[in-house]
Amino acid sequence: MTTLPVHTNVVDQFLRMERIPHIWCPGCGIGTSVNSFARALVDAKIDVKNLSIVSGIGCTGRVAGYVNLDSFHSTHGRALPFATGLKLANPTLNVVVYSGDGDLFAIGGNHLIHAARRNVDLKVICVNNLIYAMTGGQTAPTTPRAVITSTNPHGTFDSSFNLPYLVEAAGAVYVARWTTFHVRQMARAMREMFSKRGFCFLEVISPCPTLYQRRNKMGDGLDTMIYYKEHSKVKNGCPTSEVSLSKGGEIVVGKFVDRERADYRDLMHGQLHETLGDRYVEREACECEI
Amino acid sequence: MAKGSVQIVVERCKACGFCVEFCPTHVLALSSAFNAKGYHPPHMVDPEKCSGCDLCGMYCPDFAIFGFKYPKDKEKKDETRVAAATSNAQEASDADAR
Amino acid sequence: MQMHADPAGVLTGSHFLDGDHACCEGALAAGARFSAGYPITPSTEVVERFASRIPTIGGTFIQMEDELAASIAIQGAVWGGAKAFTVTSGPGFSLMMEHIGLAAMTETPCVFVDVQRGGPSTGLPTLPAQADMMQVRWGSHGDYEIIALCPNSPQECFDLTVAAFNLAEQYRVPVFVMLDEVVGHMTEKVVIPPADRIDVTPRRYTTIPPGEFYAYQPKEDLVPDMPHTGQGYNVHVTGLTHDERGYPNMKPAAQDKLVRRLCDKITKNADKICMYEEEAIDGSDVVVVSYGITSRVAQRAIELARAKGVKVGKFRLITAWPFPEKKMKEVAARTNAVVVTEINLGQMVREVERAVAGEVPVKFVGHAGGSVHNPEDILKAIMEVAR
Repeated sequence: MTTLPVHTNVVDQFLRMERIPHIWCPGCGIGTSVNSFARALVDAKIDVKNLSIVSGIGCTGRVAGYVNLDSFHSTHGRALPFATGLKLANPTLNVVVYSGDGDLFAIGGNHLIHAARRNVDLKVICVNNLIYAMTGGQTAPTTPRAVITSTNPHGTFDSSFNLPYLVEAAGAVYVARWTTFHVRQMARAMREMFSKRGFCFLEVISPCPTLYQRRNKMGDGLDTMIYYKEHSKVKNGCPTSEVSLSKGGEIVVGKFVDRERADYRDLMHGQLHETLGDRYVEREACECEI
Repeated sequence: MAKGSVQIVVERCKACGFCVEFCPTHVLALSSAFNAKGYHPPHMVDPEKCSGCDLCGMYCPDFAIFGFKYPKDKEKKDETRVAAATSNAQEASDADAR
Repeated sequence: MQMHADPAGVLTGSHFLDGDHACCEGALAAGARFSAGYPITPSTEVVERFASRIPTIGGTFIQMEDELAASIAIQGAVWGGAKAFTVTSGPGFSLMMEHIGLAAMTETPCVFVDVQRGGPSTGLPTLPAQADMMQVRWGSHGDYEIIALCPNSPQECFDLTVAAFNLAEQYRVPVFVMLDEVVGHMTEKVVIPPADRIDVTPRRYTTIPPGEFYAYQPKEDLVPDMPHTGQGYNVHVTGLTHDERGYPNMKPAAQDKLVRRLCDKITKNADKICMYEEEAIDGSDVVVVSYGITSRVAQRAIELARAKGVKVGKFRLITAWPFPEKKMKEVAARTNAVVVTEINLGQMVREVERAVAGEVPVKFVGHAGGSVHNPEDILKAIMEVAR
């Protein structure tokens, strides 16, 4: 018999193996997004020693605990300000924020718009399962109309956020949306974000089979993935005002925004050089040697 | 002739069905076997069609399966059986260790 | 282990500064190179000065969108390698409570400055109080311990801010500098020594290499060394209850082990942490306990009482938390009565009463805020219990 070549799953090198299997439900798409993330790290040849992940609270927030990188599981809604402090204190770090729709856009909404406005050099991966999953399926600001949730047991009725539209308006320089069906495109988008400076945002539409789909009789995770396959429309460059989601409707995916804008640090250095001239001490990091 | 194969970590599988559905050459199906959690993990029903594209690996939310391409000059048949057996043995010993 | 201050941040010399400004200089001297803040009277000057000074020293100030953001941005900066602090007053302090708990739970060394003002709620934005003293200790949910220092002069605002950073690094705990609006806005002489005469405590980074290091494995002093982000340690920092590796562990045994240690590392080291000022305790009729600006007024009341022949001792809390319980008991044992005076309706007096445990009478002189005490009010209390 010939010697068996050693094959390993490319994602394994990035996992805290002692904590696998993870807590995500069967058919949940968060793990799929982590696969894309792993492939993006490899393809982009990212130096993972320099990569930090910050997540908030929620199902997607648990990503920080499973990846074998410097990972920070912060408080609900506050991954972005934590990441802002982390990045500004040590700009040599590549900082990724990996969190969910409720965490980033409800309780974290204020921080989201300001981080985008400032164009802090952060890569934000928002897994949007249209619900508050970890706490049992409550309405999120992304839950479409006429959906049953535990806090709208008779159906939601108010409007939901169009995340790409909001994030573009707030100032993000890269805005894309894919679903967990689009594994290759997700990985490519993540790779593109790594090489782009500024506030980059990727929305990943994912099933929540246990709460969102089940309560609304939409089948399981696989049914949802097939739904994504059949109802997604790739429209790169589409105006973000036109990419709203609705229950059972079309999902516009693609890269919507890819523009250039000076990031927070460039602006800060520029201003301080201009006003202070030689007196400005531009340090790469705020590290305390003492 | 198969261009590649898969490795399945049986104990991690939650039988979501993504790999079965999205394998472009329909190599996989859920087996009738059970893992410790009571899920039916996938198995290769048509291994000859496997291209080693690793799309199953990209989809799997539980990191329970991945595909790999054979190097062009190696023997194929023995590797498939050994690969599956190796992964099961590894996972069983991991489970014991926990 | 101590090192000397980085001269770049030390404004050596004799200055005429208010407490807020002196506090900022203390932070810079201690090595703070990152601050995130949000404007709130009467604290804003601290970060305004920092914003002005830091670009020529090397570091960053960022005004965040709210205190929730500021209180966690500094923790991100700490994990990025900087010494960091934020500054606020009552309403902002209330917003920061969740993140104070995060800092305690993740053992993130950082400094919070609270320039106390009249409360509750919006209260008296421009007037003093000392009514956040219980909040600083108990404000976040769960069991944890913190360190809180109370300066009573702009000089102490400088000195105790340096001390706060040192304690934060030593014990990997959030440390609080509790000013009040008067100490913050009063202008006095502040002497800042040369850098080589200012001791700073370096961050206790581990020397154990990645792969062998457990991020939350405590040393003999019950405090773990810190891993360095960006050097391959694959740090995992979480607010969830965790084990020595930093990994979430939801079992009661893990909770007890971790939370007890978070408390023990302060309470068991209280003797080393607590600072106070005592004077003329032995044989006294009355001891006056005070802190912050009230201690300046109490000093006058004490002098007036002594002029009337009363033997009055002074016990000033410099460290309010951990409360110097042992010392307080001992002070009470050497006197006949205690007067506690603070600008609130009774906060630290409860700790005094608890420590004194009825051994001697405790008289409280306080009011709801908006002004400092009149010495006559404190004198009246001293004379009453001295009988």
